[in-house]
Amino acid sequence: MQHIRAHVLVCAGTGCKSAGSKEVELAFQREIKAQGLADEVMVVETGCHGFCEYGPLVIVYPEGTFYSRVTAEDVPEIVESHLLKGRMVERLLYHEPMTHEMIPKYSDINFYKKQHRLVLAHCGTINPEQIEEYIAVGGYEGLGKALTLMTPEEVVEEVKKSGLRGRGGGGFPTGLKWSFAKQSVNDKKYVICNADEGDPGAFMDRSVLEGDPHKILEGMAICGYAIGADEGYIYVRAEYPLAIKRLRVAIEQAEAMGFLGENIFSSGFNFQIHIKEGAGAFVCGEETALMASIEGKRGMPRPRPPFPAVSGLWGKPTNINNVETFANVPQIIVNGADWYCQFGTEKSKGTKVFALTGKINNTGLAEVPMGITMREIIYDIGGGINNGKKFKAVQIGGPSGGCLPEELLDLPIDYDSLTAVGAMMGSGGLVVMDEDTCMVDVAKFFLNFTQSESCGKCTPCREGTKRMLEILTRITEGQGREGDIELLENMAKNIKETALCGLGQTAPNPVLSTLKYFRNEYEAHIKEKRCPAGVCEKMAVYTITDKCKGCGLCAKTCPVKAISGTLKQQHVIDQAICIKCGACMSVCPFKAITKG
Amino acid sequence: MDLENKCCCGGENKEKAQIDEILSKYVGKKGALIPVLQEIQALYNYLPKDILEYVAEKMNIPISQIYGLVTFYSQFHLNPRGRNIIRVCQGTACHVRGGKVILQAIEKQLGIKAGHTTEDLRFTLETIACVGACGLAPVMQINEDTHGRLTTEKLSAILDRYK
Ligand SMILES: Cc1cc2nc3c(=O)[nH]c(=O)nc-3n(C[C@H](O)[C@H](O)[C@H](O)COP(=O)(O)O)c2cc1C
Ligand code: FES
Repeated sequence: MQHIRAHVLVCAGTGCKSAGSKEVELAFQREIKAQGLADEVMVVETGCHGFCEYGPLVIVYPEGTFYSRVTAEDVPEIVESHLLKGRMVERLLYHEPMTHEMIPKYSDINFYKKQHRLVLAHCGTINPEQIEEYIAVGGYEGLGKALTLMTPEEVVEEVKKSGLRGRGGGGFPTGLKWSFAKQSVNDKKYVICNADEGDPGAFMDRSVLEGDPHKILEGMAICGYAIGADEGYIYVRAEYPLAIKRLRVAIEQAEAMGFLGENIFSSGFNFQIHIKEGAGAFVCGEETALMASIEGKRGMPRPRPPFPAVSGLWGKPTNINNVETFANVPQIIVNGADWYCQFGTEKSKGTKVFALTGKINNTGLAEVPMGITMREIIYDIGGGINNGKKFKAVQIGGPSGGCLPEELLDLPIDYDSLTAVGAMMGSGGLVVMDEDTCMVDVAKFFLNFTQSESCGKCTPCREGTKRMLEILTRITEGQGREGDIELLENMAKNIKETALCGLGQTAPNPVLSTLKYFRNEYEAHIKEKRCPAGVCEKMAVYTITDKCKGCGLCAKTCPVKAISGTLKQQHVIDQAICIKCGACMSVCPFKAITKG
Repeated sequence: MDLENKCCCGGENKEKAQIDEILSKYVGKKGALIPVLQEIQALYNYLPKDILEYVAEKMNIPISQIYGLVTFYSQFHLNPRGRNIIRVCQGTACHVRGGKVILQAIEKQLGIKAGHTTEDLRFTLETIACVGACGLAPVMQINEDTHGRLTTEKLSAILDRYK
């Protein structure tokens, strides 16, 4: 019998794949065979480890040695040195960005040390395309327990008691939502998993879908049993082809094993799951729009009530939850609500997965207990700001959220504390911004996004966001007027109060929060016609320094003939003519043109 | 190949047969229009007008309703597209790490604006709001491949790989 003495885990998440992990995996297969180790060493393709910044990632067990940024060329050395001779390849180990300390072990890396991985527990350790591996780590135990030992009422009660709140943005108590759908009397009910993940800057749902798809299926089936539904849909955005593929594989395997289909665990409970691919519309993440889209219509929201629990998909009672919400369910059933309640704060239980991105050293996914401070996430886990720059703000909650300044870094994060300071948990996307980021530009960025994604059904959102965007645009172009700030605040208030769905109701948030914490930047743009961060193109002043050799290339390139000077002498830009296109700067061979 | 289809208008018949095959998979299924259109687009790369009219007739849906859908969802296209689809991410994470500069550089290199196709049909340039690889920002996708940690210097070499 063959005895596997080492496992080589190669990450096959989207991040690592695009950095070349497939070639790395193939190289391992080849090299291990060539060295005659095929019977002793197994190569496993896993889901995302969350530490995308350092991909492709390779972890060698039993030691748990963590190799980062591995290329196919490095593989022979790892096989020869580590797997054959038992010596780590030091140059590929991870080094802490702040201290430059070398950390050989996965579990000792700061990025992972402060995390508490419950939802992501198996992402990166199991092969997501093999149901046996999920079962080996306790998979489908929760479904088994629910179906054979608990009544639907008990399941709902347990979820209620756990304090789990929706991870899709609003933070609505999940158990309560289930109890509403359960109470609705109907011969047909549906369960929907919202995997539309539209927030531009969030990818936690993607990683769970790609790295541990069975967990979602299990959570949905438990929900189906609890509320009395026999059919479920997963609405996945089409931009996630790998997630769709892995879900299809998972559904097929779960059906073959009897975890989905008829008479599951001989309990008489039937449940089947379909996949619906989104077609590219942010508003389809909103639950009523999402259901319209599944029905084959334009994905436009409708007023609630009636809530989906009463009249949802095809008019039937429907329970809709986010991917991460469903991923929390199996462990709650297996370990009990009391166990789950030990994590988190009084009103926000459990853990939350955050997507750390932007100007931060360790970008990736971090799962932490609710109540942790932003400072711990950004500095301890995230390794601080890139290139020794100064922190300016962190944006949380995507287009519905807000920007928090330095003073709020010690705020314990949970649903309620974030709402109180004008931000929102949202999906959990954290985009870190440094001193080089212009906050007016950020507000404009988000408004541009919501404006172009507005479905156009209600006037406040369709027209209001457009007018607000016009104002922001003119501010960033140096045409801001006295009174613009007050006008923005006034419009924001009206849109929030009158828009039909969550998209419009929250669209002004990025503007309001930047106005609240970074008002001086708006004032600099309006009063001094100056962008303090030097981002807003139209306000930039281009100047030619004495590094100029007088080659004349800039003068030739300038589309409006704003540059003059004699050959071999320093040229000058006429600011009155300059249209700030930056063309001169990009052609100057001597880097003599500066922008400020 | 079926002999009957080999007449002068054979091309069209063959096309219809393909569409019929797609439609037959969804007979009696609720909410089928979007998946049907997705499959047709996978076949043609875009949604030709005459095919949409054929679908409308076959599924007994007003053509206006189909246009309503097609223009609502950004995934659907009414014009032919290039052999290679470039989607430059303009999501938040990519924005703060210079996604706009990448887009401008590609626009300049290809001589087209986002939303357009090069004349030789080699590339269609689009933007996308987050491909979920924010850790590698700035990011773009070409066809099924994701390219991350982009700099303007890397672009030419990457584009060269797609003919
Ligand atoms: C404009 C808009 C976009 C949304 N996008 C998403 C999304 O991408 N994913 C998600 O889970 N919820 C999204 N939501 C929230 C859903 O409407 C819904 O509240 C959520 O899926 C419920 O699940 P939960 O209770 O588990 O959070 C969005 C809401 C709005 C208003
Ligand atoms: S913002 Fe570009 S990949 Fe997410």
